[in-house]
Amino acid sequence: MSLTLQEVEHIAFLARLELTEEEKKQYQQQLSDILDHVARLQQLDTTGISPTSGILSSRSVLRDDIPKEGLNVKKALENGPSIEADQFKVPPVLD
Amino acid sequence: MKPSTSLNVKSSIAMLDSGEISSVELTNIFLERIQEHEPNIHSFITLTPDIARKMAKEADKRRAQLNKSQEEIPPLLGLPIAVKDVLCVEGVRATCGSKILENFTPPFNATAVQKLIDAGVVILGKTNTDEFAMGSSTENSAYGLTHNPWDVERVPGGSSGGSAAAVAAGFAPAALGTDTGGSVRQPASFCGISGLKPTYGRISRYGLIAYGSSLDSVGVLAKSVEDVETLFRLMAGFDERDATSLNRQINRKICADNISIKGLRIGVPEEYFIEGIQPEVEEQVRMAIDAFADMGAEVVPVSLPHTEYALPVYYLIAPAEASANLARYDGVRFGLRSTNEDMLHMFTRSRGAGFGPEVKRRIMLGTYALSAGYYDAYYGQAQKVRTLIKRDFENAFENVDAVAAPVAPTTAFKIGGHGDDPLAMYLEDVFTLPANLAGIPGLAFPVGLDKSGLPVGMQLMGDQFNEATLFKLAHAYQQTTRWHLKHPEL
Repeated sequence: MSLTLQEVEHIAFLARLELTEEEKKQYQQQLSDILDHVARLQQLDTTGISPTSGILSSRSVLRDDIPKEGLNVKKALENGPSIEADQFKVPPVLD
Repeated sequence: MKPSTSLNVKSSIAMLDSGEISSVELTNIFLERIQEHEPNIHSFITLTPDIARKMAKEADKRRAQLNKSQEEIPPLLGLPIAVKDVLCVEGVRATCGSKILENFTPPFNATAVQKLIDAGVVILGKTNTDEFAMGSSTENSAYGLTHNPWDVERVPGGSSGGSAAAVAAGFAPAALGTDTGGSVRQPASFCGISGLKPTYGRISRYGLIAYGSSLDSVGVLAKSVEDVETLFRLMAGFDERDATSLNRQINRKICADNISIKGLRIGVPEEYFIEGIQPEVEEQVRMAIDAFADMGAEVVPVSLPHTEYALPVYYLIAPAEASANLARYDGVRFGLRSTNEDMLHMFTRSRGAGFGPEVKRRIMLGTYALSAGYYDAYYGQAQKVRTLIKRDFENAFENVDAVAAPVAPTTAFKIGGHGDDPLAMYLEDVFTLPANLAGIPGLAFPVGLDKSGLPVGMQLMGDQFNEATLFKLAHAYQQTTRWHLKHPEL
């Protein structure tokens, strides 16, 4: 399994990661090696086997919707990189 | 005054309870030890001596008041501990070993931390970790690597390497860690201490900064199994803030004198004694298994035929979950923001600059495994094989009470020993990953030294919710052996 540079760039875009040219080349090689290693899973016949997505047998975790006090605005905003008027400030989404 | 290396949880509590020592004095013993030797070990990312002294002072005051009014003393009142830097402690920065969280100060406590604070602990600091707990050596931290106290040219294991090194070096009698693929057990083994990864869902994950949500477990590292049990029992239980935490009864205290393990059945899976394993590791683990037989346990072979697939399954599922969990680091609400140029570049540049190489690698791998056209072949197939691995254990536990195996194929390796080869590093986890995939508990403890004098660890794995049997067996072992009492000379 060998990934192309274009595939690496596509994955990086999906993951919203800016990579240097050097990183792209490095990951192209390393990810190809790892994918080769994991490819042996494909040898196993898993017909009729159901997937495990979590460990706990499915059960209801719903509870009554009773409002409780959460973090106050000041605390919730404390770690924001840019704050204005009690809100997180971000660059314009629409031009 | 006793040297800090000989102080464990049990002896510290006994001294506090008898009035032989105050929490301030005890805390100072550990802080002085840290001050002297931490420069050679670097087990902490953030030390909190001022907070520790303040908490210790309050603990002493509280003890005096409670004694006066003859009220019950909280079980760990005044005991100093260290906390892995992926668990939130209110008001103390939590970096996860990452530059992206360099300035993140959590506004709340993780539930596991809160429960121990309620029990009276004093917090010494936040320990080093591979970035976002992704690694097996603590070399992937953005805050420098941690040295193994047994040999400073070697790694302490990982990702809870800071916690393991801190306990082994006598900086703290116990520390919290987390285990997603072996990150408590393997560093415990490399540093010659005891470490528990509980059943998935036993301890709330609220306030544990997420890596792989179906695998992450909060665990304990300490100098004895008895100490591990003490902290485990205080942290376990349902938490309404974590829907995967479980309301299951917690075992009564197991570790006691003259415990009998007669008639317990221990399974030995040949799949864990593979070619390439360091001969002394196999030898010492087999000797420990013989010791269990001598104590009256019945040792039988078991088969876990899908063991060899645990590695590829884990390295698809964990990165897939990580790629989703780490999507939250977008520069909006917390963490690094590199540019305000436009939204897309704010995302891509903040993430590109904030994450280190291993985190990026796993995000890329996970994104690929989940992407259109590859989902069924990679992630879907991994989830199905996970079912087979889980069934292997279910079948085994129909016949045995615990499964015994090495923790890692080797003892602690040299710093930089795996160079730039991520696959070689992943192979370090080959014996610890299966318990996380199956959601079962695993308990690591020291069973010998190799010819270089480095600790060898073994692990016992049990059926879901059966930590009690693991405590019973390992405590019985520590009652008759002295490996857990050995500590490195710094």
